[in-house]
Amino acid sequence: MRQRRTIPGVDPKLLIKDAARVMPDASRRSFLRGAASLGALTFLTGCDIIDGDTAESVLRKISEFNDGAQAALFSRTKLAPTYPESAITRPFPFNAYYDEDEAPQVDGRTYKLEVAGLVDSKKPWTLEELHALPEVSQITRHICVEGWSAIGSWQGTPLSEFLKRIGADTRAKYVWFKCAEGYTNTIDMPTALHPQTQMTFKFDNKILPRSYGFPMKIRMPTKLGFKNPKYVVAMEVTNTDKGGYWEDKGYNWFSGL
Amino acid sequence: MTDKDGPAHPQARLRRIFVESEGTMMSAETMISTAPAATTIHPRWVRVCHWINALAILVMIGSGWQIYNASPLFDFLVFPRQIALGNWLAGALLWHFAAMWVLVINGVVYVTLGIVTGRFRRKLLPIRPGDVVADMKAALTFKLAHDDLSRYNAVQKLLYTGVILAGVVIVLSGLSIWKPVQLRELTALFGGYDAARYVHFFAMAAIVGFIVVHVALALIVPKSLRAMITGQ
Repeated sequence: MRQRRTIPGVDPKLLIKDAARVMPDASRRSFLRGAASLGALTFLTGCDIIDGDTAESVLRKISEFNDGAQAALFSRTKLAPTYPESAITRPFPFNAYYDEDEAPQVDGRTYKLEVAGLVDSKKPWTLEELHALPEVSQITRHICVEGWSAIGSWQGTPLSEFLKRIGADTRAKYVWFKCAEGYTNTIDMPTALHPQTQMTFKFDNKILPRSYGFPMKIRMPTKLGFKNPKYVVAMEVTNTDKGGYWEDKGYNWFSGL
Repeated sequence: MTDKDGPAHPQARLRRIFVESEGTMMSAETMISTAPAATTIHPRWVRVCHWINALAILVMIGSGWQIYNASPLFDFLVFPRQIALGNWLAGALLWHFAAMWVLVINGVVYVTLGIVTGRFRRKLLPIRPGDVVADMKAALTFKLAHDDLSRYNAVQKLLYTGVILAGVVIVLSGLSIWKPVQLRELTALFGGYDAARYVHFFAMAAIVGFIVVHVALALIVPKSLRAMITGQ
């Protein structure tokens, strides 16, 4: 924090030059522009709090602290609210950082789920084998980091059941997922073992369509939508946080609900 | 003046207890304040809490507008990026969930001290509808006196009490949106996740409305701004 005497609001550093961009590059200081409120803030404190590097690293540190706070608040037994079929949002929205026609097309006949890390059996799983696993169903609310929400119906097998079958070391800290389009995602083990965390093969009792993540998504009603990966092709039980697509761009890592 | 002196009249006794407790509270406030009790309008804890809150609320509102823009509740309302904080959704969320700790911790300290020192009761109560109407009329015709800044008029009492309540609602509805599973009972109290978003929005709108009036009046009566800085 360095002292400054200039009038807030006219500091060239506060001027926004890229007004039209919805999602800027994850460049330095990208979180820190936002002229008027920061201008007022600068005025009130007399300090240049938007000294980019400091502020951004402080914000990231607080976000890590918030990961811990959310992990402490997370209950292994508390269930997300469930809804009747009549509450299902139709049509359920497609959502990704690419258009629907760019969504990955996975061939179910050759698909194999790769399993790696701290597990007894690393044998890949065919879709037929996965579909033979016991099926549970949930109608829960998908909540997007953007704020909107939609109620969907998902069927599949509890991830905890699958982790048991592959002999996963559930004392490990994380489960990491890799998706067909290159999307990645790391979750905490308590969430992986939550009773509503599901390896999902069906939406509304029909095989997942391409837009909802065929052949498999991981449904976690205890986490924001972007933490629910689609088109999952590999998973790893690990003690190393491998980050994720959106988390690395600045979204909170835990993103629990 | 003890009960040993004889049975006091019940009302007189009540009155004495009230006066004594007032005295106790005054000295409690004076102890934390550096200025002499007679001239202190706002004790130090009020001023410290006020300015920390002012900073936190600015960050919360600026980043909240950016978050709102990611999925607007109303077709006709998008906040200009120039007045929103964080540049894009992730940045705004980082700000929002950092400033929330400052807002909530400071808010809890403020409300706790406001209650235990008796300041809320003395300064904000009672609020009589008749007084509010009379003072509102006087304010709108520029006849409202500001000679004694240590006493709030009825409109001030109503607005300050209202904004404290809006602060409680915005924190609780914010928790409902942030943790609709872990705090699902709280979220249900607001009518569910989607309804809680609207409650959160309107509580923000109420607070912004308050800030506009509050800042305008502080600038019209500059000695009130001085009182919140120096205490006198």
